[in-house]
Formats: sequence, structure tokens, C-alpha cells
Amino acid sequence: MIFIRTCKEVHRLVAESMDRRAGIIERAAVRLHLAICESCRRFMRQMDFLREAIRRYPGDDGRR
Amino acid sequence: MNPTLQDDIEKQRPYLLRIARLQLRNESVAEDVVQDTLIAALEGQDRFAGKSAVRTWLVGILKHKIIDQIRRGSREVALVVDVADGQEGDFDALFDEAGHFVEVPREWGDPERTLEQKRFYEVLGLCLDGLSPNLARIFMMREFLGLETAEICKDLQITPTNCWVMLYRARMGLRACLEQRWFQGSVA
Repeated sequence: MIFIRTCKEVHRLVAESMDRRAGIIERAAVRLHLAICESCRRFMRQMDFLREAIRRYPGDDGRR
Repeated sequence: MNPTLQDDIEKQRPYLLRIARLQLRNESVAEDVVQDTLIAALEGQDRFAGKSAVRTWLVGILKHKIIDQIRRGSREVALVVDVADGQEGDFDALFDEAGHFVEVPREWGDPERTLEQKRFYEVLGLCLDGLSPNLARIFMMREFLGLETAEICKDLQITPTNCWVMLYRARMGLRACLEQRWFQGSVA
């Protein structure tokens, strides 16, 4: 059952994939899990959001 | 020369210093880098199209100056890995010890709507301040300066595994903080 991962494991793999390329089996397992798990998809969107938010940090202070 | 713009540029100094200090860990180097940034901005003010905010424009210049400084290697390096920061283990508050959800991640709604709110960045700033200094520094090298993990590990003289664990902890800490301080109840 190498493709079965818990939500906890998937969270970690999703978070770490922001910083390193996961192995082929890990990536397949994550894709499989995300296809059926809304909570983990949310978590992934949150990680993407965080990246975008920091890219724009500290934000526009309205002065142009 | 545009006196209003010069004034606006100077007003951003405290923000720029805050960012530079976090990344460079050396007061005089941070001040030099910010000074360079302000001079570059004043020299290049004709190129400032006014399409973005002054702060955004200055932060863009500052990022390049900080990265140059890091690559020149002329700052205090070698991050001392805090035992707690580098430790493997459970720090995802969403799960209990058995790996079951304690709470499910919330729906954060439309990212654009959040990212256009000025107040959001204040909360994000508070959450960044809440990280341990090492985590904040390494996370900002990665996400704010946009450096690759390999370069970060090399600069801070830590192992890739340590690097990944620390970045992971920073991401989880910020996620939890934002959920609590910003998204709690704000999204239906």
C-alpha cells in the first residue's frame, strides 16, 4: 500500500513540496489523496496563499 | 526631482530597516543596505512609473540589495540551529498524537479579496513576529527574497534536512496564526 497516506502525512508532503521536489512515489500518493480529500486540498490552497501573501508583503500602504 | 516623491521615499525608511534587520542580523549592514536602496530610488525616481505604491517599488529594490549582500557573504553567517526549531516531530496543530484531525483546515475564501486589504498585512506582520527569529529569517529568505533552499542551506551552513524542517515549521506556524487571527469567523 505504498500509495496510501494519511492526511497528516499529506500535509507534510504538501508543505515540503514548496521547498523540495518530492520523490515520484510521494508525488503520486499526494495526487491520489488530494483527488479524494477536500481538507487536504484546502490545506494546499492555504500553502499557495501564504506564498502569494509573502510575495506581496508588506503590502501597499496606499501612497503612490 | 519630485519633492513629494522624495518625501514619500524617505518615509519608508523604518519599514525597509525592519526587513533588512531581520535578514541581515547586523545593524550597521542593514542601515547601509537601506541607505543604498534609498539612494538608488532617488537616482532612479524618473523610472518610477507610479503604477505600484512607493513602498512596493522600494521593497523590490531592497530585496535585490539584500540578496547581493548575502551572495557577497559579507555578513554574519552560520545560523545556530535552535534545538526546538530544527527538531523533527509534531507541530501541526491540526492533528492529535494519533494523526487524526483535531480541526479541519478552514476555507479561506477568495485570496485576492484578502490580499487587497491593508489590514491583512498588519496581521501577517504580527504572525511573522510570532515566529522564532531563526524561523522567520529562513522563511523570509525562501519566500520573501525568493532564494532556493540549496542557497539558503549553504549561506546559513545548515543541512538540507534542517532547512526543510525549519521551513515546514514556519509554514505551519504562520498557517495556524493566520487562521486564528485573520480567518477566524471572517469567511463563511
